[in-house]
Amino acid sequence: MTDLAPVLSAIWDQEESWTLDTYTKAGGYGALKKALAMPPTDLIQAVKDSGLRGRGGAGFPTGMKWGFLPPDDGLPRYLVVNADESEPGTCKDIPTMLENPHVLVEGVVITSFAIGCNHAFIYVRGEVVHVYRRLLQAVREAYEAGHLGENIHGTGFNLDVTVHAGAGAYICGEETALLDSLEGRRGQPRLKPPFPAVAGLYARPTVVNNVESIASVPAIIDKGVDWFTGLGTDKSKGMGFFSLSGHVTKPGQYEAPLGITLRELLEHAGGIREGHELKFWTPGGSSTPMFTAEHLDTPLDYESVGAEGSMLGTRALQLFDETTCVVRAVMRWTEFYKHESCGKCTPCREGTYWLALILKRIEHGNGTMADIQQLLDTCDSIAGRAFCALGDGATSSIISSVALFREEYEAHVTGAGCPFDHAASALFPFSDATESINDASISDTEEVSA
Amino acid sequence: MTTTADKATADTTAPAPVDAVTLTIDGTEVSVPKGTLIIRAAEQVGIDIPRFCDHPALAPAGACRQCLVDVASPGPDGNLRAFPKPQASCTMTVTEGMVVNTQNTSAEADRAQKGVLELLLINHPLDCPVCDKGGECPLQNQALTHGRSESRFVDVKRVFEKPIALSSEILLDRERCVLCQRCTRFSKEIAGDAFIDLQNRGAMQQIGTFDEDVLDFDGYRPIGVAAEDESGKAFSSYYSGNTVQICPVGALTSAAYRFRARPFDLVSSAGISEHDSSGSALRTDHRRGKILRRLADLDPVVNEDWITDKDRFAFTWQNLDDRITQPLVRKDGELVEASWPDAIAAAAAGIRAALEGKKAKGAAVLPGGRVTLEDAYAYQKFARVVLGTNDVDARTRIASDEELAFLGHHVAGRGLGVTFADLEKAPTVLLVGFEPEDEGGVVFLRLKKAAHKVFAVAPWLSRGNEKLGATLIATRPGDEAATLSKLPADALAALSEAGAVIVVGERAAGAPGALTATLELASKTGARLAWIPRRAGERGAVEAGALPTLLPGGRDVTSAAARTAVAAAWGVDDLPGTAGRSAADLITAAAKGQLGALIVGGVTPSDLTGDMVKALEKTDFVVSLEVRRGEVAEYADVVLPVAPPSEKSGTFLNWEGRLRSFATAIHTEAMSDHRVLDVLARELGVTLGTGTVREISAAISALGVDEAARVAAPNVTVPKPAAKAKAATASGEVVLASWHQLVDEGSLQDGEPYLAGTGRICVARVSAGTAATCGIGATVTIKGAVRGDIELPVVITEMADGVVWVPTKSPGSWIARDLGLEPGAAVTVKGAPA
Repeated sequence: MTDLAPVLSAIWDQEESWTLDTYTKAGGYGALKKALAMPPTDLIQAVKDSGLRGRGGAGFPTGMKWGFLPPDDGLPRYLVVNADESEPGTCKDIPTMLENPHVLVEGVVITSFAIGCNHAFIYVRGEVVHVYRRLLQAVREAYEAGHLGENIHGTGFNLDVTVHAGAGAYICGEETALLDSLEGRRGQPRLKPPFPAVAGLYARPTVVNNVESIASVPAIIDKGVDWFTGLGTDKSKGMGFFSLSGHVTKPGQYEAPLGITLRELLEHAGGIREGHELKFWTPGGSSTPMFTAEHLDTPLDYESVGAEGSMLGTRALQLFDETTCVVRAVMRWTEFYKHESCGKCTPCREGTYWLALILKRIEHGNGTMADIQQLLDTCDSIAGRAFCALGDGATSSIISSVALFREEYEAHVTGAGCPFDHAASALFPFSDATESINDASISDTEEVSA
Repeated sequence: MTTTADKATADTTAPAPVDAVTLTIDGTEVSVPKGTLIIRAAEQVGIDIPRFCDHPALAPAGACRQCLVDVASPGPDGNLRAFPKPQASCTMTVTEGMVVNTQNTSAEADRAQKGVLELLLINHPLDCPVCDKGGECPLQNQALTHGRSESRFVDVKRVFEKPIALSSEILLDRERCVLCQRCTRFSKEIAGDAFIDLQNRGAMQQIGTFDEDVLDFDGYRPIGVAAEDESGKAFSSYYSGNTVQICPVGALTSAAYRFRARPFDLVSSAGISEHDSSGSALRTDHRRGKILRRLADLDPVVNEDWITDKDRFAFTWQNLDDRITQPLVRKDGELVEASWPDAIAAAAAGIRAALEGKKAKGAAVLPGGRVTLEDAYAYQKFARVVLGTNDVDARTRIASDEELAFLGHHVAGRGLGVTFADLEKAPTVLLVGFEPEDEGGVVFLRLKKAAHKVFAVAPWLSRGNEKLGATLIATRPGDEAATLSKLPADALAALSEAGAVIVVGERAAGAPGALTATLELASKTGARLAWIPRRAGERGAVEAGALPTLLPGGRDVTSAAARTAVAAAWGVDDLPGTAGRSAADLITAAAKGQLGALIVGGVTPSDLTGDMVKALEKTDFVVSLEVRRGEVAEYADVVLPVAPPSEKSGTFLNWEGRLRSFATAIHTEAMSDHRVLDVLARELGVTLGTGTVREISAAISALGVDEAARVAAPNVTVPKPAAKAKAATASGEVVLASWHQLVDEGSLQDGEPYLAGTGRICVARVSAGTAATCGIGATVTIKGAVRGDIELPVVITEMADGVVWVPTKSPGSWIARDLGLEPGAAVTVKGAPA
């Protein structure tokens, strides 16, 4: 069995783990000292050699992303940390920043030094005010300790860090929409090219990286490339967070080498809810096609998950047992995408709107067999047609759930409604009233069709 | 002819452009310049890829996704590699060896486009039968050719309250909107008036003005409101009508045209705008002799895709109730309808009386600044040949003798000078007495299009100039010459760059020495100099010689050789040799009863500081050639109806010196001024030869230009910069500054209340210092020495001290009529009594 590999989460169980003191006592900011003594090109090479891939979902090699920056022209270039974690099921950056914000700050300083950036930004999802406060506090402590500011540790390197709270939009996790939002504009994805590496924030060369990617950098520098490549698989190196949620005995963040399987993770997490069995799960959040118990032994690395027809994504493992109605789960996710579609392009804007209406009808017993086909046809008009990846993500759960559980959809149609007892799947008592949160607008057709 | 030649060259001999890229679209090979978008390259070979958000004049958006095509391009190994999914052809640029398959040849592209179309339609209302766009709607066309005959969408469509008024003219039906962002991109990129933008998100995304009361949607209140100009309007743009034209669906409509017509019932005629000196290309849509709307016609060298709202919406003036269709003759003090022969006979008799006899006082001509080149030619020839005088002046506006010399020396007979393209390319532009947005219309859009240094010699930095990023060289009206003689070093250096342009407006004539100084500056720096007047007929009048000192072709009227040549061409013995009087002098003389007859064209007395009414009263005999029964008619002895531009053919010479010919859009009985003058001359025994446009064009061409008879450059000594003493005093003595706003109460904007509603609210502007010195609060009363006064609300503005600015002819501020003053005059300001 693969053991867990707590690195970023190594100090989470310590008293006041988020303070500079705790972090420093645990060896924190040691990597910074080491990095500042290295030539920046060596730092970039080390990250390239480590094989670290972007932990935000797409898995693009981090070092290569840094390497895309044009040669220094003496004008500003920026590091922007994407801390707008919003993918349903994903819960790793927020706990990291809450419990160990300094590992991110240290990563920011090392990365900025490596790429020649003197002003870095951390774009935090606006809803998590407590995390925003922790980050502000950590940055303040880092300034006071001389890890940030002018002439850091006498090296002549200057760095300012701005922590920016977003206004709460899933689309701002898309890097170009994030940059627009950071610039004070409406958060909608930009046309590419130019890519952020060429013209990003304020039209200057910019690196945009996920929190976990940047927070992994200090360990790579501190413990060495060989240590990092020793973890994980051949092409998916290192460790990463696996966020387990849903019908699992001990939900939470499990930091483990890439390539661990769900079966192994479940052993660490105490298994599926007592007396139940796994029905379906998402390997990388709601935007990735769902898996079933068949995939318990699929190594959770980029290649293996991809080979099975899904994506590793953000390693947000949402687990659902046999009490769960897949139509209902998919309807909820689709409501989310409808609510979060930025509206820029037709397929995503209109398509998610339509999908949500159809799913709602099916779930409430007003669907037809033709609706099931319409779901697939509409998904076909969205996937690969939308401006950014949000559109594709919105269709994943629908397409995969119809493929895996078509008879359940059909049962909703023939049996006039959802055959499941919703209370049976609940982990805590809740009222159905919350379901209409997204339906406040005039688009609500439930009453009309009922 | 030229086109054919060009084509032949392109097809056979011309080598491909150096940076050409060759690709294959639907099996057809095409070479296009590097950086071309796939959708543009497809247009080159006649392949139409459907699109909604794409517009050639706007930056790509990639929003509607209708133009998806299959693309494959060679990889590093040279083998074609197909993109895994269809690509938006409106955002992707071509690469060498690329293979594109559109909906015509790729099932995948076709499927993608049909899918997007279906999605576009799910929330689109099926109100085509009552939608203004129905019949000319890209979405409707696309739906009918490629869409499903029956919708698969069985749920309830998203609805909005409709329409919302973005301004008094522009209405928005949000549920028809496909969110292509053409309107918002136009507003930001082209007009610079970003008063509308996307708001909200997802299916609730919509275009709006950030007006909370208007938006009225539950749960999603916008935060804050949009920046407003002083009009208080949320979409106060002079170019807003263009958004209606480029809207690919019927979401944006104009109040003037909404529900008035079906496009397939309309006859379209090409035309040229009569509203300013740009000569913008128009399309006039009319039905049974009535104009329903006007649209911009694409003319890449002049107005590109755009026109001003005035060009677009101000056409009702020519068909109001006061339109004259029959000649009128005064009998027993009343104007009564008469036949053409009777009216012409009466007019001829009156003119003859003024010219004959011992006490003959003579006659003069005021053609006005709005007539065509042909009309202007006829007016001046009538004056010189029939009336035997050089007393003809088309400049019924601020003017000077210095300007006459400037026009004769620098403008007349110079042909095509500085062009729109030159303005766009210019590294530096200096504006003197010229406000591009208010006085130049599409000139502003061209200036805005390019990135260059703009310097404005003006009393304050207008919003238009601010949008151009102009640097203000604050100048009190009248001090322009002094300012120009010692420009800041950076402006001088910038003007010395190759291609720099100085633009001087008609108001420069009001500042003594300004035109002389401008010419000197141009020769000192090497900058090119363009004169951009406001009215459509001004440049034509200069060329045609409808000026007291100029014969056609820029000939000095005092040159005997020139007169001899022109007389010979006209088949007359000689021409009057003394320079005529300016319009202002003629009005003064007439008001003293010194004129026997006055032939008046398109002149509005309220535009004139001189006492035109008295002049008309005191003149023995007045002939008016007019479209509408205006103020002049009330004092005229004979009124001869003439055709408005839509009912005649002719040529406007735009400020560039470009001939802008137009054909008759609506055929009526109405005659052009030149033809009426031809008939009148014949009654007086003279063959004027101005019966047809063709005759006049031939005559103008035959006369040509005579460089030997060119007028000397003006040489007005630059007055000393106004002393500091001229700063505002407690007694409130200040200098008047003013210019016409584009949308105001000009007579050619009559009868169009929706357009009028988009004008700026009328305010007076003074500096904080002036306000403090003169005790000006919320309102100000401006008093001139000549006539009455004006009271306006005040906006404190960063501007030169000792100056008060008011619009020239906006609601409540008609400075010529109310003050009898021109910019540069001294006035007294008084704050509102507390």
